This record gives sequence, structure tokens and C-alpha cells, in this order.
Amino acid sequence: MNEETKVCPIIANHIKVALVGQPNVGKSMLINSVSNAHLHVGNFSGVTVDKTEVLFDYKHYHFTVVDLPGTYAFTDYTIEERVTRDYLCAEDYDIIINVVDSTNLEKNLQLTAELFTMSKKMVIALNMSDEADKEGIEINAEYMSELLNVSCVKVSAAQKTGIEALINSVIEVHEKPKVEPKLVFSEPVEEEIQKIVAYLKKHKYEAKNSSRNIAINLLKENRKTYEKLHDDPIWIELQPLLIEASKHIELHHDTDDIKEAFAEEYAAFNRGIVAEVVKVKKQEQEKKTLTEKIDSVLIHPLYGIPIFLFLMWGLFQLTFVLGAVPMEWIDGFFGWFGDAIGATIANEDIRSLVVDGLIAGVGAVVLFTPNIIILFIGIALLESTGYMSRVAFLLDGFFHKFGLHGQSFIPLVTGFGCSIPAYMSARILKNDRDRLLTLFIISFMSCGARLPVYVLFAGAFFSEAIAGNVLFAIYITGAILGLIAAKVLKMTAFKGVDEPFVMEMPKYRLPSFKLVWHTVVSKTLMYLKKAGTFIAGATILIWFLSNYPHNAELEKKYDVKIEQAQTADEKVKLTNEFASKNLEQSYLGRIGAFSEPLFRPLGLDWKMAVALETGLAAKEVIVSTLGVLYALGENVDETTYSLKDAIIKNISFASAVAFIVIIMVYLPCFAASVVFTREAGGIKYFFYLLAFTSITAYVLAFLAYHITLLLGY
Amino acid sequence: MTGIVYSLWLIIIFKKDKVNIMKKLIDCEKGEKVKVLKLATNYDLKQRLISFGIMKDAQLQVLEHAPRKKTIEVKVGKMRIALRAEEAELIEVEEI
Repeated sequence: MNEETKVCPIIANHIKVALVGQPNVGKSMLINSVSNAHLHVGNFSGVTVDKTEVLFDYKHYHFTVVDLPGTYAFTDYTIEERVTRDYLCAEDYDIIINVVDSTNLEKNLQLTAELFTMSKKMVIALNMSDEADKEGIEINAEYMSELLNVSCVKVSAAQKTGIEALINSVIEVHEKPKVEPKLVFSEPVEEEIQKIVAYLKKHKYEAKNSSRNIAINLLKENRKTYEKLHDDPIWIELQPLLIEASKHIELHHDTDDIKEAFAEEYAAFNRGIVAEVVKVKKQEQEKKTLTEKIDSVLIHPLYGIPIFLFLMWGLFQLTFVLGAVPMEWIDGFFGWFGDAIGATIANEDIRSLVVDGLIAGVGAVVLFTPNIIILFIGIALLESTGYMSRVAFLLDGFFHKFGLHGQSFIPLVTGFGCSIPAYMSARILKNDRDRLLTLFIISFMSCGARLPVYVLFAGAFFSEAIAGNVLFAIYITGAILGLIAAKVLKMTAFKGVDEPFVMEMPKYRLPSFKLVWHTVVSKTLMYLKKAGTFIAGATILIWFLSNYPHNAELEKKYDVKIEQAQTADEKVKLTNEFASKNLEQSYLGRIGAFSEPLFRPLGLDWKMAVALETGLAAKEVIVSTLGVLYALGENVDETTYSLKDAIIKNISFASAVAFIVIIMVYLPCFAASVVFTREAGGIKYFFYLLAFTSITAYVLAFLAYHITLLLGY
Repeated sequence: MTGIVYSLWLIIIFKKDKVNIMKKLIDCEKGEKVKVLKLATNYDLKQRLISFGIMKDAQLQVLEHAPRKKTIEVKVGKMRIALRAEEAELIEVEEI
């Protein structure tokens, strides 16, 4: 994220807001609603793993809203929680908007109570008020504001109600001097707080925060507060006071852990608040909620996993069957476009560059946009409905056997879309070993960019009726290979104690159309942008490498031969021969020839070897490289050119299997590798990944090729 | 033998007096409602559980078991939480 460029130019009328809340309370949706109403969205990601900034103007203020990752409490449990805590403690901001879920106030207030100790101005947004209404939950926001001494505003990000009131309230709180929120503890704790406050007052200890705030933070064993007071002379007398106080409180709570004692204090306070301000109208406590009803089917011990597998299978079927329709149009369009443009260019070299290089290459990538869109919609739906956590629940027992954590499932499934967000979402795993293990496995989950290669080969070697199943089988095989790799890594490189599995199962929600649309559109645009820039560039480079240097001698020789040829058939044959000879002596041909001995045992010719090498830049380039290479080899053929036909003609089934296996396993694209290196925490991990994936890919492809040959294909 | 008889007898006595017996969360049946007595876990896990509302005196309801009781789903307040068997083993509860 580029923070420098987003700072507002005028500081005077500037309010910087930190948006904090527990996971799944609709922070991202709220920020979207706020900024949609007032223009200028910064950037937006479906699942917030990094902090996101949004700028907008309202009345005479410039707003910067920082959307922080969801956190249950101020612990260091996950990296996301660390990001949020560090931001709130160390960064400069004016006001906190604490977003809470109105339907689950008591749990959400646990974080609110902790935020009170930050000693910052604060507004509470009671989000999902529409859902609360539906469930018959009524919250008295005015009374709550009064009780907490913090303004509370009812909003609904989904229905866009109360947004204006929330912003007005932020301005109002910002303009007024800071007030201390009311947080009442039990008798013994209050007593100790009073003692410490009295002591601080007696010694005239001056600080920005109130004495009460300091006292609470001292009792909570807040490290920052300790650091500050530690160097002050009053510390000598304060310390025994604190030890005494801690003992007293711990005794009262029958625990040896002061944090647990405070958690209980907060819980008691929150229960009190909820009892005061929340009224539940309908007394249908015993009736099963919709979520429970759905859960009794979807996470059924027997049917749960088959249902999940069926849903995934359905998704891949859809990807193939539904995606095939617009693909035909796109294919037709690029064919026509290439011919039309080609006819207008006189210079043979330039025509070849534009038609065979640029249009064929970019066209091959754009062709797969429908498949990518369907896949992204599927994953976005999985994420936004809450089904993803159910799958983690169902699969944890199974995953655990392979040394993975149930929550690894979330980054792994995201990996089917794109490895980059997958690497980032692995941050939900707390244990570094678990996280690294998951990072290493993600590339086994074939990303969307690899889909075109699979679709191409599945379509080339199988009938349309079973191509979808083949596609599903490829993905499942990749996933199974990943699990086996995880087990191997767990037994060797990542030995150690397992991380506990404690995870919220969010309520089922109908996916917000807007959120899904937004995610899918931004990801698809990213794909197309890559096709237009990076891949177009790579295609031109590959075209150049495959056309140059010109061999004048060869050209002359064949020109003479073709001239002398008697029949048209012979002419075509000679032209083809010339094209492939010419290609072999090109730069690309030389690179291919150089690396061919390495790939020969896998049954791959030099064209496929080159495609794999260019695929290191981006997986989409594999298809466009094949497109360029085979188009050049065949470009004298007068029949309509189709890459699929060229593949059937030139590649044996066993070689194709080996090729697919390598693509399933070997190094992810350049951009993903960069993110991997960053998330894993060092360049050495990149080399581990490179060695691990390359060796595995080579060995598996070797086996796959020879087994397929043995089976007689 | 005498040990078994003795413990059976104890159980009968306790049942009669309706004194609730402490047990582990993992041993609870589906649909059972219990109260947390103690979190016999390490520091990190305790913090995690507390942040989800699983703490002393909290009321839980067992909602669902994953295949072979590898994972269980409990309800705390309005929130549903998934726990692995190993963790549920460490939470001591009593019936209510």
C-alpha cells in the first residue's frame, strides 16, 4: 500500500479515523458504504489482511478512514491482530470507530472494553441494525451512549442507513474535548484502582492520559505503561502497591492470571450493559435459528464432506460448461480481428509480430476470462456466505493427519483463485511453523492462471462431455499431492507441537451482491490488465526470440526449393519444413535445444520446455507461448488455425500428462513468488520453495510420463 | 473390582443428590448445556478462548460433532465456535 501518496494535503480540517472491530462485523462493507456515499475509494480487498485506507470529503473535513483487520481481542495471537494492535498503539490517528455487530453485542463489547483503555476519542457503530431488527433485538442507542459515555450510533452498512449520522457523530466527537469512557469494575478492582489513582495524584504524576486510565493499564500489565513509569522515581513505591493489588484481584477471581481476571471483569460489565440496553422482543430462544438448521445439514458428520465435494465438483463443471459459451465468441473475435488487422499490414515482419505475436498471444489469455470469472465468483461466494469456516470445521480432523491446521483450508481454497491473496490470508495461522507449511503447500492448489492450460489440454484430449470431470480430477490431484507434500514436510522440515484449533463459525449470510461483484470485477480486471501489459510484453519478446536471427542462407535454400517444387502439396510441405527449421535455429529454439536434454526424459519437446520456462514469469504466458510457437510452425497452413488442433497433432498423450503434472507442481508465477518471499520472511525460503517444487515436479512428471506410456497410451 | 463398584456407587450417590460432576467438554453429548468450571490450558490458548467468550462461568451448548469427534462445535452466547478435540479435552465443565 502506498501510504505517502494518500495523505491529505490539508492537515487543519483533517480527521483520521481508525476503523476497528471484531472479525465479520462488516467493517469493510461499512467503509464501502461510507465512501460510496461520498466518492473516492482508495483500495478495497474482500478480506482485510493489510490495513486499507479510504479518503473522502464531507462538510468541511477531509476524512481518512483506516480499515484495520478484524481482531477478537488485543492479543498477539495472529499477525492480523498484531497489525491492528500495533497500529492503534503506535500510529497517529484522531478517533476510533468501533464497529460492533448489533446481533451479538455482548461478545463484541469485549473488544470495546479493551479499546477504552487506549484513551482515544471513540464512536461506536452499532452495525447490522437491520438484521437485529429482524431478529427482534432492540438496542437503546441513546441509553447506551449515556451509560458508556461514548456516542453509539445505529447503522446498517448493507442497507446504508445511519451512515450520515455516524459521520456527523464522528465530527461532533472530534470537535469536543476528550471525555473518559465509563467502565465500572467489581468492588475489589475499583478499590485497587482508587488506591493507585490516589498514589499517582499524591505524587502529582503528570501524563496525557487520566490517572484512572494509567491505573487500569498498570493493573492489566500493559507493557507500554510499565515502560513509561518504570524510569520514574515513583516506581519504587508503586511497585509493591501493584504487587499487592494484583494478588488481591487474582484472589478474588480465583485465578493466577490477571488477564483472565480482567476478561471476567469485562464480561461482567458487558453483561450489565447488555441487560440494560438490549431488549429481545420475540421469545423464541428455543426455536432453532436458520443457521442451526442449515448447519445440521452442511456439517452433518456423514453427509457434510460429500456435500462439500459435490459443491466443488459443481463449481468446476460450471467453469467448463458455462465458460465454453463465451469462449467461442472470444475465440472467433480474435481470429477475425487477427485476419482483419493482418490484411492491412504490408510489411511481413510487422504483420507476423502483430498477428502471430501480439494478437495470438494476448487472445489466448483473454480467451479464458469467462472461466476465471466463474471461478472467482465461486470462491467469493464460499467466502462471503460463511461456508468456508464450516469446511474448515469438517476438514480439520482430516487436515490434522497431514500436519495441517483446519484453518489452512482458507488460504488453500483461496489458492485456487490466485496464490497471491492466498499467501496473504495464511496470516490467520498463528503458529509460524503452521503458516510456513501452508505457504509451501499453496502453490499445489492450481491457481486461476493455470486453468487455461488445463482447459486447453483437457479439451484437446478428452471429449467435451468429460472434460469438466478431467478438470476436477486435475485440481483434486493437485490438492492431494499438496497434502502428501505437507505430510512429508511436517515429518522433516517442520516438526513441532500443533497449534490449537479454535475458530468462530460465523452466521450464514446471503452474500452481498455488491461485495461479490466488487471482488470479482477487481480480480478480473487485474487478470485482463496483466494480459494487456505484462503478457503482451512477454509475448512480443517470445515472438522476437522465435523469429530472430534470420538465417539468410536457409531462406535462400528453401526459396529455391519452393520455386522448383512441382505440385502445390509439395510447396506446402516445403514451406512447413522451412518454418520449423527456421524456428529451431532462432534464439528461442536455441534456448529450447539447450534445455531439451533436461526435459527429454519427461517426454517434452523443446517447445514445451520453452513454454514451461516462460511460465515462470506468469502461468498465463504458457498458453500464449504455445500459441506463438505452434502458430509460427504452422502459419503457412491455409486451414483455420486452432491451438487445440496443433496440440493434438504435435503432442502425445503421455507428454501432455507430464506437462500438466509439472504445471501443477512447479514454482508459482514471479509476482506470487515475491509475495511468498515476503510472507515467509526471507529470501532463503524462496530458494527452499524453488528447490522443493522443482525437484518434486521433475520426479512426479518423470513417473507420470513413464506410467502413462506403460499403460499403453 | 472393588474400585469399580465403589466408583459406581459414588456416581449413584451423586446422581441422587443431584450434585453435578465435573467433566470434560469433549465428553459432552450433542445438545448438552454446560457451564465452564476451569480452563486447564496454557497461557496462549487461555487468552484465545477468553477472547471468544469461553471463560469461567460461561455457558456452553454442544451443537455438533465432526466425523469421529475430531472437532466439536459449541455455542457461547450467540457465537458458534469450533474446537479441536485436543482443546475441548482441556476445558472442564459441569452440567446445568
